[in-house]
Amino acid sequence: MSAPILQLQDIRKNFGGLTAIENFSLEVFPGEIVALVGDNGAGKSTLVKIISGVHPPSSGTITIEGKPVTMSNATMGRAHGIEVVYQDLALADQQTVYMNMFLGREPLNRFGLLDRRRMIDETEKLVKELDVRIPSAHATIRDLSGGQRQGVAIARATHWASKLILLDEPTAALGVAETARVEAIVQSLKQRNVGILIISHSLDQVFKLSDRICVLRRGKQIGVRETKKTDKNEIIAMITGLQQQ
Amino acid sequence: MTSANTGTEVGSFASRFNLQQYVVYLGFVAIFLFFAFMLRDSGFLTVRNLSNIVLQTAPVTIMAIGLVFVMSAGEIDLSIGSIVAVAALAAAVTIASYGMAAGIVVGLGAGILIGLINGALVAYVRLPSFLVTLATMGLFAGVSRSMTDLRSISVTNETFTGFFGSGSLLGVPSLIWWTVIAIAVGHLVYRETRFGAHVLATGDNARAASVSGISVPGIRLAVLTISGGLAGLAGLLYAGRLQAAKYTLGETDLMTVIAAVIVGGTLLNGGKGSIIGALVGSLMMGMLNNGLILMGLSVSDQMIVRGLIILTAVAVSLRDKSR
Repeated sequence: MSAPILQLQDIRKNFGGLTAIENFSLEVFPGEIVALVGDNGAGKSTLVKIISGVHPPSSGTITIEGKPVTMSNATMGRAHGIEVVYQDLALADQQTVYMNMFLGREPLNRFGLLDRRRMIDETEKLVKELDVRIPSAHATIRDLSGGQRQGVAIARATHWASKLILLDEPTAALGVAETARVEAIVQSLKQRNVGILIISHSLDQVFKLSDRICVLRRGKQIGVRETKKTDKNEIIAMITGLQQQ
Repeated sequence: MTSANTGTEVGSFASRFNLQQYVVYLGFVAIFLFFAFMLRDSGFLTVRNLSNIVLQTAPVTIMAIGLVFVMSAGEIDLSIGSIVAVAALAAAVTIASYGMAAGIVVGLGAGILIGLINGALVAYVRLPSFLVTLATMGLFAGVSRSMTDLRSISVTNETFTGFFGSGSLLGVPSLIWWTVIAIAVGHLVYRETRFGAHVLATGDNARAASVSGISVPGIRLAVLTISGGLAGLAGLLYAGRLQAAKYTLGETDLMTVIAAVIVGGTLLNGGKGSIIGALVGSLMMGMLNNGLILMGLSVSDQMIVRGLIILTAVAVSLRDKSR
């Protein structure tokens, strides 16, 4: 197996006197989907913020493709090739799909003005590749369905991520058909040779999509299992702490 | 899936045609035709009267450009009317002692400075712009009154008055040049630059803008500073046109500017707007003013009609937003 694209080692995060995360270690390999599961308050969102660069860990190291990195905001995370699909999607509803794709990173033409042609072309190309079924790159986000919006948010992350895509509850707000659609898109991301870390409450989804499952309980990593070699009972036991030792 | 897809396309086409985007143009034409018919014997349609409307609305149009940026970013600037008076008075006083160049710098500088104060309080102290600019509106209305003890200051520098109001270049009045240039630059910055895109994103979804690496406080500071600077420019235009400055300048403009911007298709809550729409909105408010005067309506009746039009515009704006 190739080298891990993301490596977390002994990550610890304190907020004042509270320890949100301790002794957390995890590796994500390119082309792999790792699911992060845990009960509410287990520290998943803190971990998302650490990996995306929003919160620097109190101690421990983050290594991207073998190089240790320090990050203190999301811009630095993005510069390292890490993209997050937030639970609320972070889309500007009244702007077009293509403006959202390039939000904050708009390409300019030689006059220093927005290069709309390029944004539209690249958006259409990617949307077709990922099979995100939207009416057009010109569509306004608020005219799209929940699944289409999720598709746009994933497409945006895919466009910019060179190393890792972090998906935070990508289907929590979607219906059955749309969930299946988004799962197919996530599945197709594996070919892009980036690491994918997915946070989900749905164990069905976790077992459908992931290669490995990492369980978090009360800020600690309880264990990592290969999806093929475990079952729901074991994972539930690990999440709830009722595992027979 | 294919049939569901087609359904979405049809739906989005229907919803993309929203009334709010075109109401200003329809309204403009309707009001124009109404006055053209009603006032056909009162001189409404004369070239002189129509060009007068454009000249009179120039300061309002300039201020409206600033407010489009402010409102698109999800903020509001209520202090523009007070800034007009402070900038005009500051320029008039400075011109009398130090000449035209100094007067322009001080007048525009006053507007920019007040805008910066508004912006800093909103962006970095995180106070709501409504309250900040409500306070500075009152504060600088007081400043403009105390500056000259309510006296009017005349502006006799002919280069200044020519440049900023009463002169013309190539047969076109300078106020029209100012309007055209401000609209062209404003439209370009708003529509075609990264800054414009970031203003819209900030007003649309500040969190999304922020996680996308846009400096949301920087945008808030910038839009309020632009608005202050443009209100300062409007003050210079008033001083140049009237060849005098007084604390009453700009006093009643706030309502007109807000109405022009909202009628022009800029959403109150940010994320969407139009500079060209604001121009047409401003011309529409000017035409309305002019026509109502020619029809012989009293000042109070004019205020009532203008208020009703703003109400209608806000209703359309909010209806569109909550759809």
